[in-house]
Amino acid sequence: MEKLRNGYLFPEIAMRELEHMKKYPTAKVISLGIGDTTEPIPDVVTSSMANHARRLSTVEGYRGYGAEQGNKALRKAIAETLYGDLPIKDTEIFVSDGSQCDISRLQLLLGSNVTIAVQDPTFPAYIDSSVIIGQTGDFQDETGKYQNIEYMPCRPQNNFFPDLTTTATTDVIFICSPNNPTGHAASRKQLEQLVEFARANGSIIIFDSAYAAYVTDDSPRSIFEIPGAREVAIEISSFSKFAGFTGVRLGWTVVPDELLFSNGFPVIKDFNRIVCTCFNGASSVAQAGGLACLSSDGLMAVQSVVDYYKENAKILGDTFTSLGLDVYGGINAPYAWVHFPGMKSWDVFTELLEKTHIITVPGCGFGPGGEEHIRVSAFGHRECILEASRRLKSLLS
Amino acid sequence: MPSDVALSRENLGFQITIFENGGVVIKLFQLSENTLEALTLRIETGVSVSASKNMYSLMSSSPSISSSSSSFLGQTHFDSRNPNARLPTKDSWICKCVATPPTETTAHTTKVSRNANMAKLQAGYLFPEIARRRSAHMLKYPDGQVISLGIGDTTEPIPEVITFGMAKKAHALSTLEGYSGYGAEQGEKQLRAAIASTYYGDLSLEESDIFVSDGAKSDISRLQVMFGSNVTMAVQDPSYPAYVDSSVILGQTGQFQKDVEKYRKIEYMKCNPENGFFPDLSTVSRTDIIFFCSPNNPTGNAATREQLTRLVQFAKDNGSILVYDSAYAMYISDDSPRSIFEIPGAKEVAIEVSSFSKYAGFTGVRLGWTVVPKELLYSDGFPVAKDFNRIVCTTFNGASNISQAGGLACLSPEGLEAMHKVVSFYKENTNIIMETFISLGFSVYGGKNSPYVWVHFPGQSSWDVFSEILEKTHVVTTPGSGFGPAGDGFIRVCAFGHRGNVLEACKRFKQLYK
Repeated sequence: MEKLRNGYLFPEIAMRELEHMKKYPTAKVISLGIGDTTEPIPDVVTSSMANHARRLSTVEGYRGYGAEQGNKALRKAIAETLYGDLPIKDTEIFVSDGSQCDISRLQLLLGSNVTIAVQDPTFPAYIDSSVIIGQTGDFQDETGKYQNIEYMPCRPQNNFFPDLTTTATTDVIFICSPNNPTGHAASRKQLEQLVEFARANGSIIIFDSAYAAYVTDDSPRSIFEIPGAREVAIEISSFSKFAGFTGVRLGWTVVPDELLFSNGFPVIKDFNRIVCTCFNGASSVAQAGGLACLSSDGLMAVQSVVDYYKENAKILGDTFTSLGLDVYGGINAPYAWVHFPGMKSWDVFTELLEKTHIITVPGCGFGPGGEEHIRVSAFGHRECILEASRRLKSLLS
Repeated sequence: MPSDVALSRENLGFQITIFENGGVVIKLFQLSENTLEALTLRIETGVSVSASKNMYSLMSSSPSISSSSSSFLGQTHFDSRNPNARLPTKDSWICKCVATPPTETTAHTTKVSRNANMAKLQAGYLFPEIARRRSAHMLKYPDGQVISLGIGDTTEPIPEVITFGMAKKAHALSTLEGYSGYGAEQGEKQLRAAIASTYYGDLSLEESDIFVSDGAKSDISRLQVMFGSNVTMAVQDPSYPAYVDSSVILGQTGQFQKDVEKYRKIEYMKCNPENGFFPDLSTVSRTDIIFFCSPNNPTGNAATREQLTRLVQFAKDNGSILVYDSAYAMYISDDSPRSIFEIPGAKEVAIEVSSFSKYAGFTGVRLGWTVVPKELLYSDGFPVAKDFNRIVCTTFNGASNISQAGGLACLSPEGLEAMHKVVSFYKENTNIIMETFISLGFSVYGGKNSPYVWVHFPGQSSWDVFSEILEKTHVVTTPGSGFGPAGDGFIRVCAFGHRGNVLEACKRFKQLYK
């Protein structure tokens, strides 16, 4: 715990937002910082949750402890609806209360004696959970990195995908695609190289597909679209950005039967043990909501909210582009990754906040590779997004 | 010969043959599709596989069945002298074969070493084991009318005032004004404040000391993650298995010692009838962390004020942190303390974990809380609450907002009254069960201040008693040794059940033991 630097990134951002609002009580602050969904959850989904809740008051409808791995119907629905043609079995799916928790449970599973590689920049939970579990050395102020973590730079120059020829071997490789924060969706070819790299090095890929619903082109939505991935990868995903479940809390992890430790022991067995010992299942109400999301009506409804955020992302991306800035992401993800050459990202964050009352996230919060960049998230009411665009144009033009 | 065999799960059946020489053969075979639910069976090391004539037969002297499977095998240890085993002769039929070949010839293995701590764990977590045996039993006796007094799972509907609160929140999430995204990881302010005032009102604990969670089991592991691998811990023996298992997983313990059924480096504090189910602290070694549950799961004993005062002093003297599990506090009938913080000085030594599971039937809804007082400091003066907050912000993302809305409704005056009614109902069940066993001449403990009855079966193996009760009465209980070696010789009977089932179970107990 002592090794951790500062607080976790997003509560930091939240704190600054509060401070700013206190300083400027009349300012209309627009939050494009923490990737928090804003649009209501479709009725078809919430009615299902409400009905489930009401049924808990009836003798026939009451349910106590659920299976720690999740409700069978939901596991089946995830397998069939979201993994369609891919041979993912319902028994390989572990329903959870979200990716943030799953990441830590996976770290518990792996233990302190493994080494990890992360993209740079990256969603901070992979690194912070690694530090907490004892996989890393100390933080080095000069480099902005923890010792013993392999940081894989992801820049415009390498098309936001690690150069695997220069990446050291580690036990575990965290990859998020579509990526938070850069918004880049890895291509099929890039993921094939990654799977090949993992196979050759005996590594386990932990593939975070939380933003799969945002893919517009034919970039893979699951690592398991890549042949051979079942023997090298775990996939984590979430209903948060897919269905607005950031507060409801629901996600899942896929651990294929074929994924084995070096002694041939199936990883799924140990993950099941973790889930049974350190967890007691996702809320049955949330799971009822998840099932509703995966009905045909539900899918249509939640996808239209996703499309709404994607339109937001386009508006923001276009805004920054029109201002002559290099913008990445935005097409396959709800994040725009804007380059401010030569400037420190916290300075840009502060200036944007002070002058336009818009909260963003400074890129260096995602790792030293994020410096000079700002992440702008596309979650917001349309009028806020439009207003934000207007303010950015007047500040930066 | 491989020592681990992964078998295809479709349509798998088995047959056990015990030979006169004591050897055991387990044969696995295909069944036709409508006789079995799909299951996966994995056999632990100690089993060797030989293939003959398209059939895999496994030879083992002590098979242990792993945690990820449903199992038809009633016991983890085969006793070839068990008179209750009804087994086919060794000449009986076996049908066509079965399993996918062992995977090691062509399968890719990663180079990632299995976490040695996971390897230390013995078999699966206790309650999924009980669930598996229940399922196996139900398949064996489809008309058996199994009654579950094993896993402490609540059965009575949640009062409407509470579910109404949840339904309302769910509907609100579909509106512009009512939609909320990420909540504070520590929990919603209103709920934290309500917990503080309802349960800790007179104890000067505040909203900011309360961390709302998805339940005590998750909190226990998050606390362990916070403590790290370099701490030592003490537990009651017997105790709720999550304390020990999470300790093993975090790497705080040594190997399991089969002869004493304990993990090295854990200090087991025996709690039995002789010491009134409170540890003799004069014989307890110092550890960094002490887990203590009161009212206790599984013994049902509630520690007295005097005992807890001594415990707090013990922790103070040793510079230990007490993790106090008060999940059953509402079941207290007498004036036993409901919170460790009723004891002066506790704020400087204790963390309290609690849950809505057994109060509001929230076992599936998932809601609990942990109290970390500001006064609790590490040896270097660093506040434990700060680290717990960091854990909660990094490894967790808050309890479900709908569950939290339910929690808030629980703590309204109407909600509190409703919860008390349900708790009273279960307590009445407990009385019925206690009276039954007492009338049968058993020494019975617990019950008064908890939903658990702890029945003594002197000189008997608790798994044997468990199996006998299950076979002969179709009632699922929990064997005491599942909670620790000092639990052997006892059975935990839980009082969660519909009244009719509890009465029926007691009738069957009376028939069995009269």
